[in-house]
Amino acid sequence: MIITQLKDIEEIYGYIEPYNKILIAGCDGCCQPPRSVNEAKLLGQLLELKARTKGKDLKWKAITVLRQCDDRIAATTVRPLVEDYEAILTLACGLGVVMMNKVLPQKLTFPTQNSMFGGAQSNGENNFIELCETCGDCIIGETGGVCPRAGCAKHLSNGPCGGMVDGMCEVRGYTVPCAWVEIWKRLKEFNRLDLFKKYRGPRDYRTSTSPGYLEVYKEYTNIEEEKEEVKG
Amino acid sequence: MGKRPAYSNLCKAIEAGKFVITGELEPKKILDLSEILHGAEEMKKTGKIVAANVTDGPQGDAYMCSLVPSYLVQEKVGLEAVWQVTVRDRNRVALFGDIIAGAVLGLKNILTLTGDHTALGDHKKGRPVYDIDSTQFCEMLSIMIDEGTDYEGNKLEGGKIEMNYGCVANPNSNPREPEILKVGRKVEQNVDFIQTQTAFDIDEAKDFLKDLEQFNVPVLLGIFPLKSYGIAWYFDNYIPGVSVPKDLLKALKKAEKDNKGNKPAKYAALDKINIEFFEPFIKEIKKSTKAAGIHCMAVEYERLFDPLLKDF
Repeated sequence: MIITQLKDIEEIYGYIEPYNKILIAGCDGCCQPPRSVNEAKLLGQLLELKARTKGKDLKWKAITVLRQCDDRIAATTVRPLVEDYEAILTLACGLGVVMMNKVLPQKLTFPTQNSMFGGAQSNGENNFIELCETCGDCIIGETGGVCPRAGCAKHLSNGPCGGMVDGMCEVRGYTVPCAWVEIWKRLKEFNRLDLFKKYRGPRDYRTSTSPGYLEVYKEYTNIEEEKEEVKG
Repeated sequence: MGKRPAYSNLCKAIEAGKFVITGELEPKKILDLSEILHGAEEMKKTGKIVAANVTDGPQGDAYMCSLVPSYLVQEKVGLEAVWQVTVRDRNRVALFGDIIAGAVLGLKNILTLTGDHTALGDHKKGRPVYDIDSTQFCEMLSIMIDEGTDYEGNKLEGGKIEMNYGCVANPNSNPREPEILKVGRKVEQNVDFIQTQTAFDIDEAKDFLKDLEQFNVPVLLGIFPLKSYGIAWYFDNYIPGVSVPKDLLKALKKAEKDNKGNKPAKYAALDKINIEFFEPFIKEIKKSTKAAGIHCMAVEYERLFDPLLKDF
């Protein structure tokens, strides 16, 4: 899921200050913590109050979209409403903001969130943790299931570094475990220190060059060809 | 290692079987290098210090880059530099460019480091680089020096890089095993020497040196004489993994308190504490370990060199 953090209300209000009537779109996709219609309503109420302090009567409507990052879903859900409003605010991650601007080019869509990372929920609490940084070159098979790229502040392929103290990382004041110590513990447990000792060469950053692009059908080209043969 | 020639005085001295001593200089946020050069001169005068490390933005702070001070220490003072280069601030392209520039300037030693994270330094909002890590940097240097190409195999024209390079190891590392295994990976990348982070506990240091013996690479054990209680306190609290023995901290504090207002007496008292602690420490390392020498990080504490190093 994509972990987002609500922007400061001043910043959000700054985006919509020139408008009197706005649409606030939540997203029911993978955003966490929840950024759905309830959160959209709450934000609307806050903005309305804020506008009132400035002597303005802000009109708004809160909706939600199944997944704003899907162009067809975003377009079909929001397009019928868009003409009635001057601008759109979205509670989605950055993907949603860009997609809404793409599929509804007649209006400006503004963000209300800072997209933090692709994360997982930890301990069933409202704590989220980055476990994968979608680098495009997964080496977790060699590191006991712990990612040294998402987990290490220096993204080392051959750690730990000298900033590890008692198994903790120098970044964030020794409160976060060193990923490379975690990797070592895990591989030691399974008697696979051969993997730990292995030297890993420099990373190929072309796998994570922006903008990322993947044509899924190409992954299955061989399967398609086989099908063709069967048909033939 | 695949036995690379000893190009530097440091590696020649190690090869000759001498107990070598290196010093440390720290260019900071300053345009005037006279203090650095003075420090280098004092080191040279001792006749004991074979080379001086020149640091590269320690603790993640924005300081003068280490290339130019390394060059000036060699050129103006005639003391060999151990040019410290971290992978924190430069990608592989910039590292390659800097290394050949250093080679042209006659630098002979590189110490490869990961580098303290920018989050620890004085530009906390900055983005650190870490394109390659320090182990990969060692591989890159091996390719540049031994094969005469860049990291991708493109030929380097106009001569050969004649440099030796080392890596670091941390005797304070807890747990130790992953640290030793990591050093093993670096040794595989043909390092010529190892310099360690500072050690205060003699038994721990000896144990660590024993663990490093398997790699058959000369090791210079790091020590850090404590110029003042303030520095000792800072070191104890802010340098990753380093803890200064409580007795030593207490003694330094007492020496400063007892001699308040009397600088010469204070200096004498502080120096005495350092000599009483480090002289037997170095002797023990020399006598009962296979360490090739000592890396003495007495930064801006030149007056201690003569009394501390006179017997080595």
